[in-house]
Amino acid sequence: MRVADGLPLAQTEPGHEARARVRFQDPRIEMAHGAGGTASRRLIEGLVVPLAGVSTHAPLADAAYLDIAGTALAFTADSFVVRPLRFNGGSIGELAVYGTMNDLAVSGARPMALLTTLVIEAGLSTQVLEAELRALGEAAARHGVAIVGGDTKVVERGKADGLYITTAGIGRLDSRLTVAASRVQAGDRVLVSGPIGDHGITILLARGDIDLRADLQSDTRSVWPFVEAMAEAAGSAVHWMRDPTRGGVATALNELVRDRGLSIALDEDAVPVRDEVRGACELLGLDPLHIANEGQVLAVVAAAAADAALAAMQAVPGGEQAAIIGQVREERLRTVTVVSAYGGTRIIDMLVGDPLPRIC
Amino acid sequence: MCLAIPGQIVERSVDDPHVAIVEVSKVRRAINVGLLEDQDLVAGDWVLIHVGFAMSRISEAAAQEQLRLLAMLGEDEQAMREIESYAIR
Amino acid sequence: MQYVDEFRDPALIRRTAAEIRALIDPGRHYRIMEVCGGHTHAIYRFALADLLPPNLELIHGPGCPVCVLPMGRLDDGLSIAEEQGGIFTTFGDVMRVPGRHGSPLERQSAGVDIRMVYSPLDALRLAEREPDRHVIFFAIGFETTAPSTALTLHRAKALGINNFSIFCNHVMIIPAIRAILDSPDMRLDAFIGPGHVSSVIGCRPYHFVARDYGKPLVTSGFEPLDLLQSIVMILRQLRDGRAEVENQYARVVPWEGNLPALKALADVFELRPYFEWRGLGFISQSALQISERYAQWDAERRFTVPGVRVTDPKAAQCGEVLKGVLKPQACKLFGRACTPERPVGALMVSSEGACAAYYNYVHRRAEVSA
Repeated sequence: MRVADGLPLAQTEPGHEARARVRFQDPRIEMAHGAGGTASRRLIEGLVVPLAGVSTHAPLADAAYLDIAGTALAFTADSFVVRPLRFNGGSIGELAVYGTMNDLAVSGARPMALLTTLVIEAGLSTQVLEAELRALGEAAARHGVAIVGGDTKVVERGKADGLYITTAGIGRLDSRLTVAASRVQAGDRVLVSGPIGDHGITILLARGDIDLRADLQSDTRSVWPFVEAMAEAAGSAVHWMRDPTRGGVATALNELVRDRGLSIALDEDAVPVRDEVRGACELLGLDPLHIANEGQVLAVVAAAAADAALAAMQAVPGGEQAAIIGQVREERLRTVTVVSAYGGTRIIDMLVGDPLPRIC
Repeated sequence: MCLAIPGQIVERSVDDPHVAIVEVSKVRRAINVGLLEDQDLVAGDWVLIHVGFAMSRISEAAAQEQLRLLAMLGEDEQAMREIESYAIR
Repeated sequence: MQYVDEFRDPALIRRTAAEIRALIDPGRHYRIMEVCGGHTHAIYRFALADLLPPNLELIHGPGCPVCVLPMGRLDDGLSIAEEQGGIFTTFGDVMRVPGRHGSPLERQSAGVDIRMVYSPLDALRLAEREPDRHVIFFAIGFETTAPSTALTLHRAKALGINNFSIFCNHVMIIPAIRAILDSPDMRLDAFIGPGHVSSVIGCRPYHFVARDYGKPLVTSGFEPLDLLQSIVMILRQLRDGRAEVENQYARVVPWEGNLPALKALADVFELRPYFEWRGLGFISQSALQISERYAQWDAERRFTVPGVRVTDPKAAQCGEVLKGVLKPQACKLFGRACTPERPVGALMVSSEGACAAYYNYVHRRAEVSA
């Protein structure tokens, strides 16, 4: 992926004033720092968190939790940069709505309202802008999310890829859910809402650089229906959630095991992957576990409630291929391993930078 | 190292005799088949693809033979001798 | 996927692994080198070591083109492209390889026009589309990849495309195998031969390994069953006291190789008198350069090459690891000064390098449990 929306800032915990030390030593910012992998984490933890005054006591999460006049809220922001602006199954306008909604949803909050900031490159055709605003408005309306304000800036030609969108979102915490890395226990099951890698591979194909063709669509969508279904079926047995965007499932799970100090073993054959994604990954030497998603939720659920949570997700339209893909292990190795059908075990790490084809 | 993946020819290009459309697990690409010009490739043939080129035509017979011998492994010492002599030719 | 999934069949894998254990002499230590980086990657990717007995050791060989590329070559290629105001194109594998002024990815963020391509033909098409720019393709790879470069030059010639050139780094596996066999500290029992290289060169060129050095060599495919079956074939040779060249990968590798590909190589390339391999040093007649006939598409003849030489830090023990004398984790820099994100030595650069493969798939297990 060429450009990145990076990691979210940490959640704030009032009372923790201690500042982390600046540890970021890279001389300049490279694309890898925005790719959602180890370099992104180094930048956020080593420079942004210490200087931007966010608490370092809580692990990096998707949204900040606020308590305003007795109402528990989640608050988050995300920037969207994608080339091309439109692709099979979505566009930047939809991404900007769903991406922020999904950060709220996996924090256990029903999305309520968004602010939208547009950074427009001079020269962008009105037709394109109109289409994206329409997509944005329709996506929000479809899920009952209000767009309550925002800002518009125009920058010189050549200073932006047509259109960048930043959205900030607020949501009300669902009282049935309490999700945090600290709640994850050995024996818990790992669930995913559907086939992985569709978005990342769709974008890779849409750029046309590698000239591959496949009938594949981005999974851009709201994951709130899955979260709500799990809240209803499993409630507080849902321990942790994340939408595995840049860096894919492997990166999201590696962040969890590092924060929590446990390990996760994935069952390779249980991970749902479409033929098209698998084919592109085999051709390019990529791992579907490292490829971005925009409409999937990863959840860690207590073993006793895992089947109920799975059935609930499978009953949501578009969740038919949801699966239990692994479990949390007691080993304090902080690794994510993939176990093959014949019993081989390999470690899968966070992504270093962008996924690059490995062919020669 | 050289990443190469099996794909199936779905059509030969009419305009360029060196080009075929090859499919790998529902993903298609135009592939140069100039290195197999002596092979009379047709739609349905399987080839090994590397950096946009078909490197080798895959022998279904050899693949089946390998699997047959592997399936007998441990049960029939003779099977392994057979595969060795087969492999050496 | 046909021709892939059958060769990952769990029941057959377990059966083949059992056969390996049955063939192993518990009192003997086996050291088998997989020459090809693709095999190294597959061994870790499929966690095959979990299926092998502890006294069978797989040594990771030099067949990773990115790993053995001297850093100076990359600097030379990049500086030609930058000087020409041209477009530098290469495979994804090269994008993260560090040069003196940064990797191609880092040079790209600094504003240099660098494009990743899937095929050298894509680089040529780019030159067609942008006739006012010069497009350099930074060619890398063994005999598997060199024919694609050759056919790309055939096409450039046929179409008369002049704003295109190749910076050629193609190397050959046979001289590298010979260099390892000639190394005084060589302690190998047998070789798993590179399957895709062999689809081009065939099996005959390996005969010297069996004949002159008495070592079995089995050309192998890349799926778990291919590698395990190759190990079975090697163990049977060792048990019977034979040293032969055998072809496990018969579904892809013709014994005589690919004749049109060999013809194209002979037409477009000639042998370099010598070439430097990172970790192994200079090896004579081990690499290809573009022949006189195609001089106008040869970046090295067409432009001034700075000829940068960058020596690896002395503490890096890449050569010993490459020859199988040292395990990756035994190197003083491994996992400390030298990591996949900030590689010092050659073998940490690509995920097919012995050190990076070991680091990614095994090392963290050991590191955190220590």
